[in-house]
Amino acid sequence: MKQPEMDSDTRPLAIEAHGLVKRFDGTTAVDGVDLAVPEGAIYGILGPNGAGKTTTLRMILGIIDPDEGVRKIFGHERPHDIAKMIGYLPEERGLYPSMKCDDAIAFMGALRGLPKAEGKKRGRELLEAHGLGHAIEKQIRQLSKGMAQTVQLLGTLVHQPKLVILDEPFSGLDAINQGKLETMIRDLAAGGTTVIFSTHVIHHAERLCEGVAIIAGGKVPYAGSVEAARDRIPAQVRLETREREGQWLGALPADHRREGDFFYFPLPETGIEPMLRALIEGNAGIQSLSIERAGLHDAFVDIAGAAAARALEEDNAAEIGA
Amino acid sequence: MSTYQNTTSRLSILQAAFVIARRDFTAILFSKAFFFFLIGPLFFMLISVGAGFIGAAAADSKSDPTLAVAMSAQDSTRFAQTHESLAEYVRLPDVTVIGEERDRSPEALLADTDSNFAAVLTGTLEAPELSGTEDRIDRWQGEVALIASTAMGEADSYPSVKLTPTDTSMADTRNVNAATATASITLMFLLTMLLAGMVLSNLVEEKGNKIIEILAAAIPMDAVFLGKLFAMLAISFVGIAVWGSIAGTILFLGAEALPEMAPPAVGWPLFVALFLIYFAMAYLLIGSIFLAVGSMAPTVRDVQTISMPATMLQLAVFFLATFAMNDLGSPIELFAVSFPLSSPYAMLGRAAQEAALWPHLVALAWQVLWVGIFVKAGATLFRKKVMKSGPRGAKTGKRRSFLSFRRKDKSQIETHY
Repeated sequence: MKQPEMDSDTRPLAIEAHGLVKRFDGTTAVDGVDLAVPEGAIYGILGPNGAGKTTTLRMILGIIDPDEGVRKIFGHERPHDIAKMIGYLPEERGLYPSMKCDDAIAFMGALRGLPKAEGKKRGRELLEAHGLGHAIEKQIRQLSKGMAQTVQLLGTLVHQPKLVILDEPFSGLDAINQGKLETMIRDLAAGGTTVIFSTHVIHHAERLCEGVAIIAGGKVPYAGSVEAARDRIPAQVRLETREREGQWLGALPADHRREGDFFYFPLPETGIEPMLRALIEGNAGIQSLSIERAGLHDAFVDIAGAAAARALEEDNAAEIGA
Repeated sequence: MSTYQNTTSRLSILQAAFVIARRDFTAILFSKAFFFFLIGPLFFMLISVGAGFIGAAAADSKSDPTLAVAMSAQDSTRFAQTHESLAEYVRLPDVTVIGEERDRSPEALLADTDSNFAAVLTGTLEAPELSGTEDRIDRWQGEVALIASTAMGEADSYPSVKLTPTDTSMADTRNVNAATATASITLMFLLTMLLAGMVLSNLVEEKGNKIIEILAAAIPMDAVFLGKLFAMLAISFVGIAVWGSIAGTILFLGAEALPEMAPPAVGWPLFVALFLIYFAMAYLLIGSIFLAVGSMAPTVRDVQTISMPATMLQLAVFFLATFAMNDLGSPIELFAVSFPLSSPYAMLGRAAQEAALWPHLVALAWQVLWVGIFVKAGATLFRKKVMKSGPRGAKTGKRRSFLSFRRKDKSQIETHY
């Protein structure tokens, strides 16, 4: 598996996975996944629903065992051996409805070895810090969905883990809370915590992640840095000219396409200067010219295929609709 | 190499189980379910009391226990006449003089189902001999001495009554012990039924709350299972303590009115201790099966459906143990003792009827082993089968490919035009 740039990363690995395979009732849900996530990185697992993201995360966490392959967290093959250093937010959010907010956070901390009293104290501090001080004594069932999600996220972080795994963390959050979560993830990484999250929203991965694994149909066709993924596709040139016809057209690459007043074509390997000279000398009348670097979406289409990209868009549309 | 390569940081299985147990215990203790659990035995008691009244009424309808007088004809007549005259002043048991034409041996008379002889008087007025159940002859020896003495005209000295406990008294003891065994097995069965139902409800709630994945990610499933089982066990002991206190108070206040009851073969203190231990084992065994079954069911409705066979199994085990305890040492009883699920019930039956203690140590070790196996198997099954993710899954992924293909066709057509 190609892992451009991140291969040369000298940081120790928080997560290593080689050839992970998981079958359910004869159907292969995850088929030979390799991952390498450096310590302190923000890393995304990007793919449509049903691609195998959650199953991969569950194998990494030790909730289920892989049928084949090995996974290591901080060098440990048994994730439960290092459970106190991990925080996990599952895709299906779950809290005890009758528990008070601070108790819920303390309970989640206790599961990861944090003494109950300390968990409760930290829970109260976290709730205050995230604008939920008024809800400390409230039961979970009295909270809005967004507030309950925040409480669960705080419970994931209360024991100050070194690795945070979030399964579709942005799902179900409004734009404001999504922004807050992005800030929280950045802050965690700035403090040295490794954050790995799954998403079917490319923008979140593009904005936050330094590394990404693209997953489709249970396979990972790409795992590496976001920059390297984008670099797989040549930058696109967008040219606007005053003239429509002329000798100068011959200076454009053969695979250019025309849309209205604009010409689009990949950035020539020789660079833009020789072509610019030919356009000026041919009196094309350049109105505007921009070089646009490929985005992660383009990279995703290139790597996973148009069908997977469409599935991703459908998932987004369905979530927005919901 | 990771910075944390040599760091191990996790809770032990017991610590993790404690976290789960503490949460469950607190949550259940303050729930409505616990209230119903507490009043549950009240219904059982009401039914028992009702049945007791009916039984007592039936018993009252029978004639009072009678003393059969089988001395020589002369002595018998004098005894009967004296009895008649004394009965006006003191309360005496009814007597029946046995004629020469009948089999006058105490064994035959006591076994006679047509009569209601509780004891048989033989010998002479000077040396009367009383045969019957131990408690009965103990109770009647004074009256017999009084009547014999009066019949002989000796008001100051009483003849020494020779007491001969018969086989019937042994049989009675066995019957009492068997009754103790049946009652305790039934009580244990009802308690485990209640608890297994509660542990299942708890799991259903957990599935509904979708919290199970958080637990499974943080601690081993063995610890989750153990924690849940022991939380419910602790709850049951709270219940038993409450019921025990109430029952103890009632017994203390009404002790004198209660009939004397033969103790179980191992004695009351040990029997009570064994009841608690075997109850814990019976619950842990069936509870671990309920947990495994419940955790694997994909929906709440499925949990209820597939718990039915487990309930049937519990009933079958109860009937097996109840049947087997009537014939200690028989193949069926040995099977009931060996089969893990029926073992606690069958061994409790033994404790009521046999004094030997070593079989209990062996049986407890055997049951603990099976609790471990069931919990481990349940946790393993859970890890293998339960956490299937992805709303679409790979199978529906095929559907997606199909739809995508159709869309692709359409787009090709549009492009073409």
